[in-house]
Amino acid sequence: MSATVAHQPLRLGLLGSPNSGKTTLFNALTGLRAKVGNYPGVTVERREGRCHVGRRDAIVIDLPGTYSLEPLSPDEAVVNRVLEGAIEAPPDALILVADACSLARSLLFVAQVLRRGVPCCLVLTMIDELQARGGAIDVPRLERALGIPVRGVIGHRGRGLDALRDLLEHPETWGHPHLLPPGEATERAAWADSVLDSVSARRPGTHRLTEAIDRVVLHPLAGSLLFAVVMVGFFQLIFAWATPAMDAIDGIITELAAATRSALPPGAWSDFVADGLVAGVGAVVVFVPQITLLFGLLYLLEDVGYMARAAFLADRVMSRIGLEGRAFVALLSSYACAVPGIMATRTVPSPRDRLVTILVAPLMTCSARLPVYALLIGAFVPARSALGPLGLQGLVLLGLYLLGAVGALLVAALLKRTLLRGDALPFTMELPPYRIPTLRLWFSQVWGSIWAFLRRAGTIILAASITLWLLLSFPRVEPPVGASEAEARRFALEHSYAGRAGHAIEPAIAPLGFDWKIGVGLLASVAAREVIVATLAQIYAAGEGETSLRAAVRGDVDPRTGTPVFTPATVAALLVFFVFALQCLSTIAVMRRETNSWRWPLFAFSYLLAMAYGASFVTYRIVAATMGAG
Amino acid sequence: MPRPDVPTAQPDAPVRLSSLPLGHAGVIERIDRDDPIARRLMDLGFVPSTEVRVLRRAPLGDPVAYEIRGSRLCLRHSESKLVWVRPLGARQA
Repeated sequence: MSATVAHQPLRLGLLGSPNSGKTTLFNALTGLRAKVGNYPGVTVERREGRCHVGRRDAIVIDLPGTYSLEPLSPDEAVVNRVLEGAIEAPPDALILVADACSLARSLLFVAQVLRRGVPCCLVLTMIDELQARGGAIDVPRLERALGIPVRGVIGHRGRGLDALRDLLEHPETWGHPHLLPPGEATERAAWADSVLDSVSARRPGTHRLTEAIDRVVLHPLAGSLLFAVVMVGFFQLIFAWATPAMDAIDGIITELAAATRSALPPGAWSDFVADGLVAGVGAVVVFVPQITLLFGLLYLLEDVGYMARAAFLADRVMSRIGLEGRAFVALLSSYACAVPGIMATRTVPSPRDRLVTILVAPLMTCSARLPVYALLIGAFVPARSALGPLGLQGLVLLGLYLLGAVGALLVAALLKRTLLRGDALPFTMELPPYRIPTLRLWFSQVWGSIWAFLRRAGTIILAASITLWLLLSFPRVEPPVGASEAEARRFALEHSYAGRAGHAIEPAIAPLGFDWKIGVGLLASVAAREVIVATLAQIYAAGEGETSLRAAVRGDVDPRTGTPVFTPATVAALLVFFVFALQCLSTIAVMRRETNSWRWPLFAFSYLLAMAYGASFVTYRIVAATMGAG
Repeated sequence: MPRPDVPTAQPDAPVRLSSLPLGHAGVIERIDRDDPIARRLMDLGFVPSTEVRVLRRAPLGDPVAYEIRGSRLCLRHSESKLVWVRPLGARQA
């Protein structure tokens, strides 16, 4: 029995408060090969990594950061359940991580953990900062006072790690506290103070640089201005600066599709590889520049310490809709694209708030909606001035942006009051000292996000894009003799499964003023919203360029009634439909990845479809009544 | 204008942490209520006889950043009003 146990890897739980340097230590111990998953039933991420401690193999389980072992929500209870072995085999020993500079507070948590009686050791991080701030801790004395082993490390420089690994090899030799710390809060604080007084030659002074920077960064006026500049820059980065890279990827994918097409004999197989497979891979890779830029900046701001300040400044506004400051950046990012926006919700510590943010993120007007808006507004809204210099077209566009934002706020407020009512978690956020970020930690965080997207969302996007391509291309029906190339493509689409489905759903979408052609466009746009433009171009057998498509949709007439298909009411209803509907496979895939279940993406898709349908119906009726349907 | 929760007559009488002016410090007397939220505040260091200092107020007045037990923590008014402190007056860092 004991022989087999010796070969089992040692299970070490990494436990500490947010900002304690836990992630840095996890990365330093395990390298870049973390296995990421979720705990069952909650949206809490579970990370584990392997490492060697001396001659033994160990699995390090990175437990969610927490200030207390008294959970206020099922999500917070995860730590307790892991310690009790209710989810998986409990860790053999715990590595408690605490920032050496805020030991006065961390000891309160250490006391809670010591009372559990699990073998544990204490790792003090940021020993260098403690010294820089004039503090000192007598580590051997702290070991004697607590009764457990204590090691100091400088995680990002890898200092102290060898000594820590030597210690971790034999948790069975670790000591236990002679006397358990008190459980009552006031006595526990007195205990922490007495421990600190006995071991700490000097308590660290305030971080003068942080004080100085905060005087500006949190200044009511200067701080708010800086916040606006950072957020505009952030938005600009993922909205505009990612575009050249995305266009380049688009170009490469088009070239690649053309190259495979010319290399393979013409036919269904060549079409599949070029339009299905290569284009599907392109649909995944095209997000990489945005995700890289977003997370590059996000983690930079996080590691420096600015994200907490931004959340501090934005909290009051966000609290109006029941969310907190840290959800702001995620919602802002969603204006560029909901995919990085949803991934950015990882900075929201409350899983419930995070879920609400994920569910409303698709309502922010992302850049993929712009081509659709541009086509419809360009074709049907007269280009005349409405209010002084403001054109009517611009005003309609602004209205669509506002409609999405208002929808998001209302849904968030509603969800927080009903389905995802808060666990009454108090809002508590630490403002960490400003720190110079380390390249290694930053790189591992950014790379981890890209890899997670490619591996777990990318595969779903790829499979779904290929499926959709199959539906739009099969069954193959021979076009009539003498048809032009554009007519042949239109014919193929109309007789495909998707074309037939467009006809089939016509009765359902007729109340919104949509005909089967718009139906096919809506089905195809589930791949990505902007696809409706290309699909409509194919249906209308339009030539290259947007102008001819505009003319084609404007001139389309219902063969039965002889009235135009695109009446003002239909156009308005279609625009409103696009404001709300979740027509984006990539968003659904990334929701699946972030919540680790199909339940929430399905919920989001359904509620947004219901909202889109309802709002479109009302819009159609109102516009038809005021402007006439025909 | 004096605020109703700041008794001006007795400078040393306990006041709510939420009414402590910017830059002022106080010693925590007690926390209203004995529920999970109160216990969480204590786990964060808001324990009787601990000193707390008001660092910054967000532009719209809420939340407020405090220095307590060597770290900077932000609380909203809904939590800081639960904490009663004995004012110590203005304090430098």
